[in-house]
Amino acid sequence: MDDSVRSEAGIPLKASYGPDDLPAPESIPPPGAFPYTRGNFADGYRGRLWTIRQYSGFGTPEESNARYRYLLQQGGTGLSVALDLPTQCGYDSDHPDVVEEVGRVGVALDTLADAEILFDQIPLDTISTSFTINGTAAIILAFYVAAAEKQGVDRAKLRGTIQNDILKEYVSRGTWIWPPRPSLRLIADTIEFCAEGVPRFNAISVAGAHFRDAGANAVQEMAFTLMDGITYCDEVIARGRMTIDQFAPQVSFFFYTHGDFFEEIAKYRAGRRRWAHIVRERYGAKDDRSCMFRVGCVAGGASLHAPQARNNIMRVAYEALASVLGGVQSMFTAAWDEPFALPSEDSTTLAMRTQQVLASETGVARVADPLGGSYYVEALTDEVEGRVIEIMDDLERRGGMVKAVEDAYLHGLIADEAYRFQQATNSGERQIVGVNRFQTDEEMPEVEGYELDEVGRARQLERLAEVKSSRSAADVAATLGALEKGAAQDDVNLMPLLVDCAKAYCTLGEMVEVLKREWGEFVQPTVF
Amino acid sequence: MPVRVLVAKPGLDGHDRGAKLVARALRDAGFEVIYTGIRQRPEVIAAVAMQEDVQIVGLSILSGAHVGLTEKTAKALRAAGADDVLLVVGGTIPKRDVARLEAAGATAVYPTGTPLEALVESFQGLSSDARAPS
Repeated sequence: MDDSVRSEAGIPLKASYGPDDLPAPESIPPPGAFPYTRGNFADGYRGRLWTIRQYSGFGTPEESNARYRYLLQQGGTGLSVALDLPTQCGYDSDHPDVVEEVGRVGVALDTLADAEILFDQIPLDTISTSFTINGTAAIILAFYVAAAEKQGVDRAKLRGTIQNDILKEYVSRGTWIWPPRPSLRLIADTIEFCAEGVPRFNAISVAGAHFRDAGANAVQEMAFTLMDGITYCDEVIARGRMTIDQFAPQVSFFFYTHGDFFEEIAKYRAGRRRWAHIVRERYGAKDDRSCMFRVGCVAGGASLHAPQARNNIMRVAYEALASVLGGVQSMFTAAWDEPFALPSEDSTTLAMRTQQVLASETGVARVADPLGGSYYVEALTDEVEGRVIEIMDDLERRGGMVKAVEDAYLHGLIADEAYRFQQATNSGERQIVGVNRFQTDEEMPEVEGYELDEVGRARQLERLAEVKSSRSAADVAATLGALEKGAAQDDVNLMPLLVDCAKAYCTLGEMVEVLKREWGEFVQPTVF
Repeated sequence: MPVRVLVAKPGLDGHDRGAKLVARALRDAGFEVIYTGIRQRPEVIAAVAMQEDVQIVGLSILSGAHVGLTEKTAKALRAAGADDVLLVVGGTIPKRDVARLEAAGATAVYPTGTPLEALVESFQGLSSDARAPS
């Protein structure tokens, strides 16, 4: 066979596929049946369309609140909160090292007071909210629960997701704080806390997206992510307090959809099948809902390019179509100007309209898994799954994901793939319109970006100072003291203690510092 | 002797695919490359630049905080006595900020979309300029 034609992840492709390439019928049962290769639901998107969830948030809580209310008025069906880097890395806005970054890539949440403003007039009992937050996920969840209860909303009604996936942060995204072991404990605490008292909230969204954006290919992205999922489930199971069926329905996943159309579709189908088998066979799940692979995705990221930037509009549209044909549950479509700047209201709206056109006009959501049974798609699904299993076996043999993070094995795999990809682009083997094909001398467009205004930053700092001077010092000392004590013991769930801290208006930075004293900080390996 | 380069990520931005690609491309082109890892304070970057005796410090910043972080790093380099070290900056940088970065002390600026070969050539030019007797 001529194997010079390959998918983006390097899978050799035949010129055409036929009946001999189809798997046995029992491995592709109808949609809604285990192992869910063809989707989680028998009626596909008829019962529930995917959630259109645009990542948004910047500047101050006031500005973000206004943007959320605008997006909801325009037909958005869920919120996705972007937090600024100090909040993600555990620093308050008044920390001297972070003044440049306050409110820059997202909103700052220093205390419960900020969360109260952020969600003002947004009905938290009906809207679902997704937070891209990892290092400080447990603290942000505590703010959210406390803010909802101040609105009079029962925590049992809250819907949404915290990303809460620290392992990939050590490798690619970088908002780590503590070392892996205590971080895993805190994640298991949030999973238990949600399973017990916030049952409609997803305590973790295991994210391959950032491996992908750091350079991993689609197959690696899926394999690394499933391995992370296993690591978190192992941690909860090892405590012996919960069975897989008590928490697995609250574990969700998150990926990038990039440009290789059929490989992306195959990736989602293969991932669903693999996870279903893992949950049933490794953990003995009895409830089929535990075995469902719930997926959110982003169309965009590193698949977008700066030259001829408006081409990104089409890239995102194709990626969105692949995501829907792959059966995702929620989607963020990136704005075309993302390679330059935080998206403007205009480009964000256009990105959302891309999904709305797909949902309302193309008819692709009418029938579940329309590509099921396609010789090519089924064969590619099998091939992707086989390669995912190989990578997972290799990682297991090497001692699992925590070890692969600690000894930087994962960092190396991703850096190698990123470099291979870059070289293929440089040599023209990989063609990108506007980058190495059909280039023009077009000047890079000067885009409208968001500049954090000094007034907004000053208001954030003023509010923080105001909160610090008006709260009860005794309550702060008592709740932080209880947190420190709890952190020193392995069998205490820290989430209720964090909610107490939030309600006492302790700052995020104060909670992080208490835990750093107990647990220390992560030191990053630097492999390139 | 190969030219020594420090690739550094100041601030809290954790996106280092670009920084690592640049580091590797420079290494392949014969430079001796040190990478700081992410989330480094400007004072630490300056101290490493001195310790490692580098000729060029390349900052990679994708969070939008490039102007302030470049100013801080330039200041830290001066304070550390590394006046002869060239400072360059790459990342998500709008055109309107290029002049501001140059004013802040950047010798060269590489916005998103700069081809790797162009960047390597620019480094080669900078390092031969730096070596020329003044």
